[in-house]
Amino acid sequence: MIVPFNHVLILAGLLFLMGIICTVVRRSLIMILLGVEIMLNAGAILLVGASLLWQNLDGQAIVLFVFAIAAAEVSVGLALIVWAYRQRGSVDPANYNILK
Amino acid sequence: MAILILATTALAITRRDLVHAVIYLIFSFFGSAMLFYLFGAPLLAVLEVIIYAGAIMVLFLFIVMMLKVDKSRERLFPLSQWLPAAVFGVAYLAAGVGIIAADPEKGVVLRTARAEPGVLGRYIFEAHWLSLEIVSLLLLVAIIGALLIARQSQNRTAGQSPEGDL
Repeated sequence: MIVPFNHVLILAGLLFLMGIICTVVRRSLIMILLGVEIMLNAGAILLVGASLLWQNLDGQAIVLFVFAIAAAEVSVGLALIVWAYRQRGSVDPANYNILK
Repeated sequence: MAILILATTALAITRRDLVHAVIYLIFSFFGSAMLFYLFGAPLLAVLEVIIYAGAIMVLFLFIVMMLKVDKSRERLFPLSQWLPAAVFGVAYLAAGVGIIAADPEKGVVLRTARAEPGVLGRYIFEAHWLSLEIVSLLLLVAIIGALLIARQSQNRTAGQSPEGDL
């Protein structure tokens, strides 16, 4: 394989950037959560690449925990979105400016 | 492969229709899984397909179809908010490019290696068993929390929710 570690860094950085853009720009709670997922995935790619660079299994172990945390975060986040939707009838974050 | 992942992700974050976005993102995660396999992590590749592309994205699809989302109303920030965001974004981008360019191990080519699933599992259960238990506890707490939130909303707005009992 002829992949320099640089390319992995660039790929993960671009993916993370796309996740940030998706989180910040899109006006829908579901798309915001998707952006967080993209960012976690970028981190996982970088961890696996680093684990290959240093020939160390710790990176892959951390990626396993990242998967578990992503699953927990998505389940709680989607439950919160459904709850908020039933309260207000919309998934636009601009409608959630009242803390009650 | 990298171009494929980037293209599908870019398509995903720009779709107005949420269902299309989720399906493009599934392809992006499949690309990531193939990348994991090439990086010598077959167990993580399989887990990526099962957890990300399977469970999480199906959960997103369910939610998208459960909620009535109006897809036409998508507005952008006013221009006064764009300017500082663009300035800081470009600054951080320049910093990142500088860091990658200044990496002393810039040209290091990744050696081929492969962590067999059994080896990885044995390593995790030997070296990281406490973290594993904590993560399993976290998943349990997440399940209970999601259930609690769903039950609360059912009790509170039983009569007035738009779709009745979901």
